[in-house]
Amino acid sequence: MTTQASPDAVAPEVESPPRLLDVQGLTVEFRTSAGWSRAVDDVSFDVHPGETVGLVGESGCGKSVTMLSLLGLTRRANARVSGSAVFEGHDLLALSAKELPDIRGNRVGTIFQQPARSLNPAFTVGEQIAETIRHHRQVGRKEAWRRAVALLDDLSIPNAEKRAGEYPHTFSGGMCQRVMIAIALSCDPALLIADEPTTALDVTVQAAILDILRAIQDERGIAIVLVSHDLGIVNEMCDRTNIMYAGQVVEAGDTGELLAQPRHPYTEGLLQGLPENMVGGRLQAIPGNVPPLDELPDGCHFAPRCAYARAGDCDAVVPPLVLDDGRAVRCLRSDELDLVGVGAR
Amino acid sequence: MRRRESVLRRFLDNRAALAGLVVLAILLLCAVLGGLLTPQDPNEQDLRSALESPSLSHLAGTDDFGRDVLSRLIAGAAVSLKAALVATSLGAAIGVPLGMFAGFAGRLTDAALSRLNDGLMAVPGIIFALAVVAALGTSLTNAMIAIGILFVPLFFRVARAATVSVREETYIEASQALGCTRARTIWRHIFPNVLSPIVVQAALLAGAAIAAEASLSFIGIGVAPPQASWGSMIQAAIPNLEREPYLVIFPGLAITLTVMALTFVGDGLRDALGTSRRASVEAKEAVA
Amino acid sequence: MSLLEVTGLCKSFPTRRDALGRVREQHHAVKDVSFSVEPGTTFAIVGESGAGKSTTARLVLRLIEPSAGSVTFDGIDVCALGGRELRLLRRRMQMIFQDPSSSLDPRVSVGESIAEPLVVFDRTATTKAQRTERAAELLERVGLAARDRLKYPSEMSGGQLQRVAIARALTLHPDLIVCDEPVAALDMSVRAQVLNLMKDLQSELELAFLFISHDLSLVRVIADHLAVMHRGAIVEQGPAEQIFAAPSSEYTSKLLAAVPVVSGPGSRQRRARTVMEDA
Repeated sequence: MTTQASPDAVAPEVESPPRLLDVQGLTVEFRTSAGWSRAVDDVSFDVHPGETVGLVGESGCGKSVTMLSLLGLTRRANARVSGSAVFEGHDLLALSAKELPDIRGNRVGTIFQQPARSLNPAFTVGEQIAETIRHHRQVGRKEAWRRAVALLDDLSIPNAEKRAGEYPHTFSGGMCQRVMIAIALSCDPALLIADEPTTALDVTVQAAILDILRAIQDERGIAIVLVSHDLGIVNEMCDRTNIMYAGQVVEAGDTGELLAQPRHPYTEGLLQGLPENMVGGRLQAIPGNVPPLDELPDGCHFAPRCAYARAGDCDAVVPPLVLDDGRAVRCLRSDELDLVGVGAR
Repeated sequence: MRRRESVLRRFLDNRAALAGLVVLAILLLCAVLGGLLTPQDPNEQDLRSALESPSLSHLAGTDDFGRDVLSRLIAGAAVSLKAALVATSLGAAIGVPLGMFAGFAGRLTDAALSRLNDGLMAVPGIIFALAVVAALGTSLTNAMIAIGILFVPLFFRVARAATVSVREETYIEASQALGCTRARTIWRHIFPNVLSPIVVQAALLAGAAIAAEASLSFIGIGVAPPQASWGSMIQAAIPNLEREPYLVIFPGLAITLTVMALTFVGDGLRDALGTSRRASVEAKEAVA
Repeated sequence: MSLLEVTGLCKSFPTRRDALGRVREQHHAVKDVSFSVEPGTTFAIVGESGAGKSTTARLVLRLIEPSAGSVTFDGIDVCALGGRELRLLRRRMQMIFQDPSSSLDPRVSVGESIAEPLVVFDRTATTKAQRTERAAELLERVGLAARDRLKYPSEMSGGQLQRVAIARALTLHPDLIVCDEPVAALDMSVRAQVLNLMKDLQSELELAFLFISHDLSLVRVIADHLAVMHRGAIVEQGPAEQIFAAPSSEYTSKLLAAVPVVSGPGSRQRRARTVMEDA
C-alpha cells in the first residue's frame, strides 16, 4: 500500500534553462495475477539540452521501465501509464500510437543493453541504419546509404564502406553497440536514451563506448539519459543523477555533490558498499533485499533496510520528494543525518 | 504461487483444453464401464429393425444388422482408447529413451541414431501396417503395434530436440561438477525437464492413433467383426450411405470429437507447461 | 604442498573440419597456463571475454578434457583418473556458476538441490532426515531460512539463489571451490553480501577459491593472488596487491585504467580514448 506522494516543490522558483524533457509524476503499473503492481511510482526528473542525466538503481527499481514507458514501449504489456513527459513541447504520454513513431528514432534515439540482440541478423548493418534514415527523412536509397557509411566512419569503425555491407554476426559486441549508436544518431536527435549500454561489454570496450558517447555529445550537443547500475560510470558521464529505489526517485542532484555528500541513506549505503570502502576485510553491505513490487512495505520503501529508520515515522508514511536548491531527497530524516560520501573518511 | 499449482491453473483456464478434458473423461467412462452404460447389447442383432433412423428406443438408430448404434458407439470407445494407448505407449517407450540418449551422446552416436530414425520416418504408414498385420495376424493389437512403431521416430525427434536444448543448461553442467553419474544426470535432471514436450506430443499422437485405427478398421485390417469399432462402423455404413447417412455421421463425429479433444488437451498442456522459467526470467528482465 | 597445481595447461577447439571429419583449423582457447593455489586462499583469474578464463576453470575440474598439460590436486594427478575416481574426487572440488537461476534445476526444490551431493555419494550412509537436516543447516549458514528448503528456484531472487548454490557446493566439505563469475549477475548491494559470505566461509572452513572474474574492482576485494589472462595466455600473475599497485604488463595497466571510478573529486573525469584492436 503506497500513499500518493505529492511532488512537492518546497524551494522557491529558480530561473532555469529551458528543459528538453520534463517528466512529472510518471507512474507505471502492470497488471499481475495479484492485481496492479506499481513498477514506477511518481517519478519526476528533467533533462536540459546538451546535458547527461543519470537514472541509477538496482534491479526492480524501475529505471528501465521509466524510459521504456516514455517511448511508448510498455503499451502492449498490460500497463497503465499516468503522469506527463513533455518533450519539445509535446507530452509523449499523450501521443497516439500514430504520432509516437515520428518521435522515436527521429527526435529521440535509443540504445539498449545487449547490442547484438538488438540488431536484426537478417539485414546488413548498413541497411539497418539506412532504413531509419529513409523512414524519417525524404531521401533516396543512395543518399541514405551514403549517410549510413558516414556515420559508421564517424564512429571509428574501420573500413566503413565495406563493413556497412556486412551482417551483425560478424561484429563484436563493442562494434554492434557502435552500430546501434549510429542508428540512434542517424536522424540527428535532440535526446539519446542509453539503457545500460555497456553492461554486457568488456571493461576496455566499455571505456571506448563511453568515450564515443562523450565525443558525440561534444560535437552535436545532444542530451543523454543514461540508465545504469554502475556508480563509476555515472560519476564519469553524468552531470546530474537520479537515484531510484523500488520504483521511486529517492535522491537527485548534481552528480559530484550527490556522490560526495549524499542525503539519502540508500545512496550512502551504495557508496559504502564499494570495494574502496572495505572495513576489516569486509564490504559494508546493505542488509536485506530489495522488496518485490507486490510486497512493498508501508511507509518508506527503504525503511526496513535503513540503519537510520525511526520506528513510527519512517514505516508509517511514504516520504515526499523534497526539492532544495537543485537537490531532491525522499527521506524524512534527511536534514538530521550526516551521511558519508566518497572521498571522505 | 508454487509452480505446480500455477501449471494446473493455467491449464484449467484454457477453456478449450478443459472441454477436451471433459470429452476424454466421458470417453474413459464409456471405455471402462462399457457394458453397464450401453442401453442395449451392442452385438445383439434384430433384423426386423434394421436401418432405422434415430428414435426414442434407438437414440442413434440401428445399423444394417439391427444393432443399436449408440450401444456400439459406446462399446467402440473402449476400442479407440485401447488403440491410442497401445500405439502411443509403444512409440514413447522406444522413441523417448533412444531420443534422449541420442541427444546426450557424442556426435557420432547421435548421427547414427538420427539417420536410422530418418529411415524409419520414410516408411509409408498404411503399407507398413499391412505388412505387420500380414506377418502377425489380423487383430487390433497388431495393427496398433504397427502404428506404434511408426510413432517411434516422432517421439525420438521430440525427445532428442528437447534433450539437446536442456543439455546446454547450466544446471546440467552443475550436476556433472557435483559428481553425478551420466545416468543420474539423464534420469533426474534431463528427463523431468524434457517431459513437457513429450507429454504434449503424446496427446497429439493419441489423436492420430485413433484416426489411424479408424482407417485401418475401415480397410479391414483392424478389429474383426462383430467387434464394434468406430472405424469398422464407418466401413459397414458405406453401402447404405444413401439410405441412412447417420450411420456414417455418428461414428465420424465420435472420431472427430475425440481427436479434437486430444488436440486441445495437448495444446493446453503445451501452453500450461511451456511457460515456466523462461517467462519468469523475461518478466524479471522487463521490470528491472 | 599446494592444494592445486596447474602446469602447462592447453586447450584447443576445432573450428573447421574437412569432409572426413579431420580437424583443419583450431581455436587455441588456453595456451600454456600454469599457476598454483594454496589451501585456504583465493586465486583470481581476471580477463575479458574470450580470454580463456572460464575454459581454464572447467579444465581444472576436468569438466572438459585438456589438450595438454597437467592438473594436480592435493598431489593427485586429476587427468590420469578413471571415471569413478574422478567422480569421487569431485567431492573435494566444487563449482559455482555465473547465473544462479540456471545453475539450479528448476524442477527440484532448493533443499533437494543442496542435499543432492549427499544422495550421489552417501546415499546409503545418510537417511533422508539427516540429509534434510544438513540442507537446513547449510541454508542457515549462508544466511537463508531453514524453511526456504521447500521453495523452488523460480520463487527466489538472484542473490538468494547464489547463496543456495554456495550452500550446495559446501555440502560435502570441499577443499576448493571454483567460482565462475559468481556475482556478475547480481545487483551491487547483493554482490557485497555474497562476497562477504564467501570471505567468512573461507576463513571459517579453510576453503580455497579459484575465482574467475572480468571485474577488476571486485577481484580486489577477495583475491590473495591473481593471474591476468589475455587471449588464452597468462600475461601476468602474482600477489594481488602487488599487481594492483604496480602492474608489470601493459595489458594489465590498460585494464586497470579502463575501470570507471567513483571516488576522487566530484568532477567528471575525462580519459583519452583508448585504442582497442576490435572494440
